[in-house]
Amino acid sequence: MTVLATPDKTGSGFPLGFDTILDPSPLQYLDEHGALSGALRDDALELEPKELLATWRAMVIGRRFDVQATTMVRQGRLAVYPSSFGQEACEIGAILALRPTDWFFPTYRDCVSMVTRGIDPVQTLTLLRGDWHCGYDPQQWRTAPQTTPLATQGPHAAGLALAAKLAGDDTVALAFCGDGGTSEGDFHEALNFAAVYQAPAIFFVQNNQYAISVPLAKQTHAAALAHKAVGYGMAGVRVDGNDVIAVRHVVAEAAERARRGQGPTLIEAVTYRMQAHTNADDASRYRDESEVEYWKVRDPLARLETYLRAAGLLTDEAVAEANQAAEDLAAEMRARLGEEPEVDHRELFAHVYAEPTPQLLEQAAALQAELDAEQLDADQVDSAQSDAESEAGR
Amino acid sequence: MTATLDGATNTAIPLAKALNQALRDAMGADERVVVFGEDVGVLGGVFRVTDGLTREFGENRCFDTPLAEAGIMGTAIGMAMYGFRPVVEMQFDAFSYPALEQIFSHLAKMRNRTRGQLPLPVVVRVPYGGGIGGVEHHSDSSEGYFVATPGLHVVTPATVSDAYTLLRAAIESDDPVIFMEPKRLYWSKDTIDALAASGSAAGSGTGPVTGQATGQRIGQAAVRRQGTDATLIAYGPTVQTALEAAEAGAAEGYDLEVVDLRSLVPFDDATVTASVRKTGRAVVIHEAVGFGGTGAEIAARVSERCFHWLQAPVRRVTGFDIPYPPPKLERHHLPSVDRILDAVASLQWEDR
Ligand SMILES: Cc1ncc(C[n+]2csc(CCOP(=O)(O)OP(=O)(O)O)c2C)c(N)n1
Ligand SMILES: [Mg+2]
Repeated sequence: MTVLATPDKTGSGFPLGFDTILDPSPLQYLDEHGALSGALRDDALELEPKELLATWRAMVIGRRFDVQATTMVRQGRLAVYPSSFGQEACEIGAILALRPTDWFFPTYRDCVSMVTRGIDPVQTLTLLRGDWHCGYDPQQWRTAPQTTPLATQGPHAAGLALAAKLAGDDTVALAFCGDGGTSEGDFHEALNFAAVYQAPAIFFVQNNQYAISVPLAKQTHAAALAHKAVGYGMAGVRVDGNDVIAVRHVVAEAAERARRGQGPTLIEAVTYRMQAHTNADDASRYRDESEVEYWKVRDPLARLETYLRAAGLLTDEAVAEANQAAEDLAAEMRARLGEEPEVDHRELFAHVYAEPTPQLLEQAAALQAELDAEQLDADQVDSAQSDAESEAGR
Repeated sequence: MTATLDGATNTAIPLAKALNQALRDAMGADERVVVFGEDVGVLGGVFRVTDGLTREFGENRCFDTPLAEAGIMGTAIGMAMYGFRPVVEMQFDAFSYPALEQIFSHLAKMRNRTRGQLPLPVVVRVPYGGGIGGVEHHSDSSEGYFVATPGLHVVTPATVSDAYTLLRAAIESDDPVIFMEPKRLYWSKDTIDALAASGSAAGSGTGPVTGQATGQRIGQAAVRRQGTDATLIAYGPTVQTALEAAEAGAAEGYDLEVVDLRSLVPFDDATVTASVRKTGRAVVIHEAVGFGGTGAEIAARVSERCFHWLQAPVRRVTGFDIPYPPPKLERHHLPSVDRILDAVASLQWEDR
């Protein structure tokens, strides 16, 4: 597959790649009707039916996770939830194209990809539930904590990729980023560093058309975000972000290039944020419902399902099994997130430094004394109450 | 110059050279240590602190970066996540500002965010302070921003020995350290004494961070001059000024003690408190602006801890609350011997 734009150092320009990248129509395997599209028909078959089914199953489960999380934020069980409903082809396609040894840098919107990676759903939601800032072990999952300051994870991915390269490992680092995030300086510095050091990094932009209320047109004057790759002398590709087969292919290819020492890749995945920015946002203030309707028929899950059905790959049993797994996950989330999380005030001071400073030890002791006094008061009220009750009972 | 592995020298070397030796020794001792920044490679840094490191250790260990401080800091964070121990150079104090978001939001917070699972052993070297005739943006004292950010250690040497030992300790620390280098001391010469290099430097604090190879602690102040009448509390570039003021003060009948903080975070309350309780008077000295500056915190801590021992309010001698002045005017801005002695004279000596 040669769909990536690669600067040709021989001086003959950017033969195939440049054409591809200047043509902003995104790379697509499955059209919106779930039919194999155009010239890429043969490549699509590189994905084994087993892989296709596993991808579809992960999308069913991922979507259920997202819907359940949205429900639970309404019930007050999560502080906030930025939904990725409709972006599953990116969330899942990109993750499934990585090896477990590769590093992944998610944003606040990427819980579905984290669950797909295997991270426990409750640990995934720790940040958004509010019991700590990160609930999983980043080293174990090779997944950085979710980043909220936009695009600041980009330079981390560049640095980690450089470190892997210097260590002689074949690890790849993939960072997610939003379309709005591409306007941040850190986005550019990340791409530039990765390109200069030819670091095995992949910058995956989920262009979901909005940064909260601001549409892409106010974010950039470029015809395509993927074009920015040219300026850094790195490979770039624009892909249909609602076509999971295309996304998987493109990320797998970028990862292979990175492992072969061919440097970083910028991927722009064209998709759509189907829901408001978060539960706290009101999308009706800035966009028309007809726009959402346009994207509804381009749903990534329905599209793959149609294709798999038509190809005779999807059985009723597989559907039943996937739905059951999704419902099991939702039930587990309801049960486990329904309980009040346990928090420990001593943790406030425990992790700031390898060893707390003398000042932090003093403050920890002061808070402890405050809480002990509170407890003593509460105990006294309790015992006064039970005295009164036994008095009354006499 | 002869330098042994533990850094001791028997000839006087400039402070910049001591830093260079510390980097060299740290890189030799631990191959995870990498040095990078703007012009630090072939050139050896604009102050020559990284001189010869690329030649000695190769481009994979000491390398030039694109001109982008946020990128440098973010790259260091990513490398530390993968097990490296980066030491990065910010070319000048004011040019570290593009990196502040990475420092504040990630470098300082990653350990806490991940409950200790992702520590970031990164050293950020920041040449700082004035007195070298630098034009705008080349003389800032930016320590206050870092001191106000939990998760960072903030260290600044005032002597050649400390330059060596504190930098070794910073590199060996598992926490991020902002290493503030007083620019105007780069050329001041002294020996690195063997005691300091092996970690038995003076200081009564019990700092929590210990460098394994050098035994040096971060978090210990040093009493540079013993005295009984008042304590001058200084750090980095103003320690020398405080010592000169103490000498001049002796002629005027004041017996002044000088405390060199060495580490602003962690702060050595023990040494400072013991000294001020002994003398009963204190003056805090730094180049940075006074309002909201580090000296305000120090004065407040001293007042809280030493109130019943104090014979006078704690005074501060700091830079004015102005943008750093142009070279032709900077002498008015910098704490001077006279200004320190004026502050000392104002410490209510009537009952003596
Ligand atoms: C540096 C920074 N500025 C502002 C914000 C507030 N903010 C959070 S999300 C967001 C929009 C981001 O849009 P985009 O990058 O397209 O990602 P999406 O939310 O669409 O996934 C903004 C402005 C932030 N998190 N970080
Ligand atoms: Mg967006």
